[in-house]
Amino acid sequence: MDTMRDRFGPVLSRLLDEDPRVAVVLAEIGADAFTEAQRKHPDRVINVGIREQLLVGTGAGLALAGLRPVVHTFASFLVERPFEQVKLDFGHQGVGGVLVSAAASFDWPAGGFTHMSPGDVALLDTLDGWTVHVPGHPDEAETLLRHAVAAGDDKVYVRLSVQSNARGLPVDGARFRTVREGRGGVVIAVGPMLDNVLAATEGLDLTVLYATTVRPFDEEALRRATGSDTAADTGAVADVVVVEPYLAGTSTAAANDALADVPHRVLGLGVGRAELRRYGQIDEHVAAHGLDVRSLRERITGFLGARALV
Amino acid sequence: MTTTAERGYGHEYADLSRLMGRMTGDEKHGPAATSTLDALWVLYDRVLRVTPERVDDPGRDRFLLSKGHGPMAYYAVLAAKGFIPVDWLEGFGGYDSPLGHHPDRVLVPGVEIGSGSLGHGLPIAVGTALGLRARGGADARVWVLVGDAELDEGSNHEAIAFAGPSGLERLHTVVIDNASARHARPGGIAARFEAAGWSAETVDGRDHDALYAAFTAPHPGRPRVVVARVEPKGAVGEPKVA
Repeated sequence: MDTMRDRFGPVLSRLLDEDPRVAVVLAEIGADAFTEAQRKHPDRVINVGIREQLLVGTGAGLALAGLRPVVHTFASFLVERPFEQVKLDFGHQGVGGVLVSAAASFDWPAGGFTHMSPGDVALLDTLDGWTVHVPGHPDEAETLLRHAVAAGDDKVYVRLSVQSNARGLPVDGARFRTVREGRGGVVIAVGPMLDNVLAATEGLDLTVLYATTVRPFDEEALRRATGSDTAADTGAVADVVVVEPYLAGTSTAAANDALADVPHRVLGLGVGRAELRRYGQIDEHVAAHGLDVRSLRERITGFLGARALV
Repeated sequence: MTTTAERGYGHEYADLSRLMGRMTGDEKHGPAATSTLDALWVLYDRVLRVTPERVDDPGRDRFLLSKGHGPMAYYAVLAAKGFIPVDWLEGFGGYDSPLGHHPDRVLVPGVEIGSGSLGHGLPIAVGTALGLRARGGADARVWVLVGDAELDEGSNHEAIAFAGPSGLERLHTVVIDNASARHARPGGIAARFEAAGWSAETVDGRDHDALYAAFTAPHPGRPRVVVARVEPKGAVGEPKVA
C-alpha cells in the first residue's frame, strides 16, 4: 500500500493545475514529488532549500499576496524549529495557510529522536484557530488534503504518517465518526490508532469514536456518545479514553472542556513524554508506548473496570 | 511617479518632528525611531506607489517594516501621508490605541505586517514578492526595512541567500545601519548581500537625494539592498537592539 505522503505530491499537483491560487513551498524534503509540477508552475512550486524559517515566512508572504500556500516538510522542521514563524507569520499577521507534515511521532524510528515530533499537535494547541487533520489512511489523507486547501483562508495542519489503518473510512473534515456503540464508556481513536483500538476493545461494551479532525474538537459527538447531551442528573460518570498517535494527553483538555458540566473521567493515551533513545521499527515503538493491542486493552479495561465488560 | 501634491495631505518633512512629539512613552526605543525617519520619508514621499486610498489594491507597492522597534517615525510618516488620523498619535501605546510600541497590521491601515520580533519581515517579503510574481499583472514592488543588528537573526540569512539566486527583482531591502550589531559583519553589510547576488549600495541615511537615487536605481534580474548609514546609536546594553 502506498503511504499518505505518496498521495501528497499527486494531489497537490492536481490542485496546482486546477486552482491558480494554490502554491506549494518546500525545503528540499518532498521536492522530488513536484518535479513535473514545478516545470508546469515554476512560480507556484517554490523550493527554498534547507531553510525552515524562510519556508514558513515565505508561505505567509504568499498568503499576504493573495495565494493559498501549502507548506511541507517533516514535522520537526515544520512545527518545532520555526515555531515562532508559525505563531507570528500566520497567526499574528492574520493570514491562513496549510501546513502538511510527514514523519511526525516515530515514522522513522531508525532515524532517532531528531526526526521525531510527537509534540506537534500539542504545540499547535498553544495557538488559536488551527484546524488539525490526522488522517488514518492514505485515502483519508487525500480527502483531508483537499478539504484543507479548499478551506478559504483558514489555518490548517495536516499530519501525514506512515502509520495507517488497513482500510479508509469516509471522512468529512469536521466530525468524529461513530464506529461502534456500547454503554460502558467511550473511546476516541485518533487517525492511525483506530485498528488497534477496535482490536483492543473487541467484545467490550464500549462506544468507539473515530477522529480524523481533532481541532476543532467535536464536542457534540463526545457529548452524544457519553449521553451528556440528554441525560438528567443521574449521578453517573462519563468515562472517556482518548488514544492519540502523538503526545499522550494532547486532547485531554479538549475532552474535559466538552464535558465541563457533567461528572466525568478522562484517560489520555498516546506517545510518552520520555525519550526512548531506541531505534528499530514502528511496531516496537508502538509497543514501547503501550499503544499495541494487548497494552491498550489492559489500560482501557483497567480504567473502565467492570463497566466495560459485557 | 505619484506626486506629493496628488496625495494632498499637506504635511512635509518638517512636520515629522512635531508629529513624533505627539507620541510619548517609548523613550527606550527613541534612537531606533529616528534612525529610520529619513529613509521612511523618502520612500513614502517619492518612491512607494501606495496611497491611503490604495491600501487594499492588489497592485500597490508593499512596504514591510520588519524592524518594528521604535515605530514613532513610521507612525508619523503614515499620519503625514494620511494613512492614519493625526489624532491617533496621542494614544500611542494605550489600551484603546491601535498604535502599539510594535505595529500590528490588523489594527493600523496601511501597515503591511505586524512586527516587533526581529527577523520575520525579510522572509515574509520574499514570499510576498514570489506571490506577486505568481499572480502576474502589475509590477508591484516589495520593500522591507531591517536594522543592522536585526540582520544577525539567522532567518534573514536564509532569505538573503535565497532571494539573490532566485532573481527576485521586485524585492528591495533597506538596512538602517546605526552600528548597533553586537559583532560587526566582516567586510560590511553590503558585501554580505553582494555575495548572495544582490544589487547593493551604501548611502548616507540622512541624505534624501542620495536615498532617492539609491532606491530608484535599476537592478534588472536581481533584488536590491540599500544600506542607509546613520549616526551610531550610542546606547549600550539595550535588550534586543534593532
